[in-house]
Amino acid sequence: MSYLTITDLQKHYDNYHALRGINLSITEGEFLVFVGPSGCGKSTLLRTIAGLETSTGGSIELDGRDITELASSKRDLAMVFQSYALYPHMTVADNLSFALRLAKVPDAEIQEKVRSVSASLQLDPLLERKPKELSGGQRQRVAIGRAIVRQPKVFLFDEPLSNLDAALRVQMRLELARLHKKLGTTMIYVTHDQVEAMTLADRVVILNAGQIEQVGTPLELYRKPNSRFVAEFIGTPKMNLIPADKITHKEDELVFDLFGHTIHFPANRLKGAQPDTAIVGIRPEHLSLVSEGGDLTGRIELVEHLGSEAYAHIQLQNDQTIIVKAGARTELKDGQEVSIKVDVQEIILFNDQDQVISVIPEEA
Amino acid sequence: MKRSITRLLMAPSVILLLVWMIIPLSMTIYFSTIRYNLLYPGQNNFVGLMNFEFFITDPGFIPAVANTLILLLSVLIITVVIGVVLSALIDKPFFGQGIVRVLLISPFFIMPTVNALIWKNMMMNPVYGIFAWISQSLGLEPIDWLSSYPLMSVIIMVSWQWLPFAILVFVTALQSQDTEQKEAAQMDGATGLHIFRYLTIPHLARPIAVVVMIETIFLLAVFAEIFVSTGGGPGYDSTNLAYLIYNQALLQYDVGVASAGGLFAVLLANIVAFFLIRAVGKNLTV
Repeated sequence: MSYLTITDLQKHYDNYHALRGINLSITEGEFLVFVGPSGCGKSTLLRTIAGLETSTGGSIELDGRDITELASSKRDLAMVFQSYALYPHMTVADNLSFALRLAKVPDAEIQEKVRSVSASLQLDPLLERKPKELSGGQRQRVAIGRAIVRQPKVFLFDEPLSNLDAALRVQMRLELARLHKKLGTTMIYVTHDQVEAMTLADRVVILNAGQIEQVGTPLELYRKPNSRFVAEFIGTPKMNLIPADKITHKEDELVFDLFGHTIHFPANRLKGAQPDTAIVGIRPEHLSLVSEGGDLTGRIELVEHLGSEAYAHIQLQNDQTIIVKAGARTELKDGQEVSIKVDVQEIILFNDQDQVISVIPEEA
Repeated sequence: MKRSITRLLMAPSVILLLVWMIIPLSMTIYFSTIRYNLLYPGQNNFVGLMNFEFFITDPGFIPAVANTLILLLSVLIITVVIGVVLSALIDKPFFGQGIVRVLLISPFFIMPTVNALIWKNMMMNPVYGIFAWISQSLGLEPIDWLSSYPLMSVIIMVSWQWLPFAILVFVTALQSQDTEQKEAAQMDGATGLHIFRYLTIPHLARPIAVVVMIETIFLLAVFAEIFVSTGGGPGYDSTNLAYLIYNQALLQYDVGVASAGGLFAVLLANIVAFFLIRAVGKNLTV
């Protein structure tokens, strides 16, 4: 098992600053996921760790050894690529054994290792086939097998599931989670799919514009985002953000005036000074539809039925649309006027610099 | 009904192509069986296979076949090997890559006659040639390439002419090579040479087969370079089949024997093509 320490890592392209000082330590046996919108630098960061891109500043240490300038062939890391990158002219068996053959491992040992990997990934019937004779899921398993067979210090995954169809993706996600449990090797995984990030990760690193926005366990990020970016990025459907332009300060509470409705927010959950304006963030599942006496009212624009649940898109008085999670058997109709109850406990407040200015209460 | 309409519509082009091929071929076959010497007009009687006998027993025949095959194989090997190496070298971006590529491709734009003249007068000439100058500045005796090593001189000229074609095909093929595969090999501990050996060469198998086949078609019929530089000599040292046929038809005015030689060349081309396709053709189905 290995650990990685990344210090002030920089990557400049000709006229583009791709990584702006990344500081990160990855502990032994951890499953770490880099997630972020396209162009945020997550793949660049992974490729820099792999040695496929050279950094322009900072350092990467593997088990306490500086590998910043080391060639990728000498780093003892294995990578699974988005396109799988299997060697097209070699059979599955040759693909699996390529690295071992280059390392001049004895033949008997190679065969033994290939056999055990192919058994554990159910590749046995495919060993003599060429990559083009395999399905997407099979190629994916060969690519993973090729990484495992070397027993590297760290596994790197570059969006490995994005070329698979939805059903297969869920299955491979589970297999990856199982694999990590079984091997216990440190793994770094890049994805733009927050569901993959949330389900696989021990810790998630959210990247934005070449910087780390927040690092934490999936639930931490979901419950306690540091910024509006994280709050909006994590969670489907997105968090609702309602501007509160009129705030009245009372002794122990803030009163938001939202187009004729008021919401009372306890003042002790505020950090820092009392704001004049704020953005109220509330997730769809913390809103509920009530027959009357809600905190907000609006008109239903559209209802999305997902089977196990439904999401109602509701237009508020300021023409903003918010999303409310409703029960599966809801009888809502488009155009209907509804009343919405807000779970004040779950509100997250942002200031106009998109920073969080409220404290989330610890769970009882 | 439908099929006959299709056939009817296809007929003009099929007939045109057939006529285009059949008329010259049948005329060649006809000429090869009659006495047809331009020095003896009017004596065009049927002679059976005598023209073939004359052509095959001609003292130039064995050297011509041998020279044709040596020329073909040497140029194929030189252009493919050097072509693959050069293409791999200029595949990675470097300063001046565009200019280097244009320079490497440009010999292809020069017509064979000019190519031969350049090599004959500027490079290989024992007095003014650059090779002679190099030899002299090293204190060596200048070599008269065209008379001392006539076939090798022709091979050098033709290789220079055809190398750009190979490079053009290989460079294009290399651009379609998957970079993630190379990166995966790097992560697997492969050096540049390993990647070249295990990924690039297999990736180039099909383009190599294409280059070999196309070059074969043209190299069996090399003529201009020989005509301009060595004139087939000294003796028959640089005479190939195409030049021997020219020699029969237009220097000895014997159209009958030349036609027989032409038919033999068709036969040889088919034999060579058969073996080449057997050897490299399996790459095309990968």
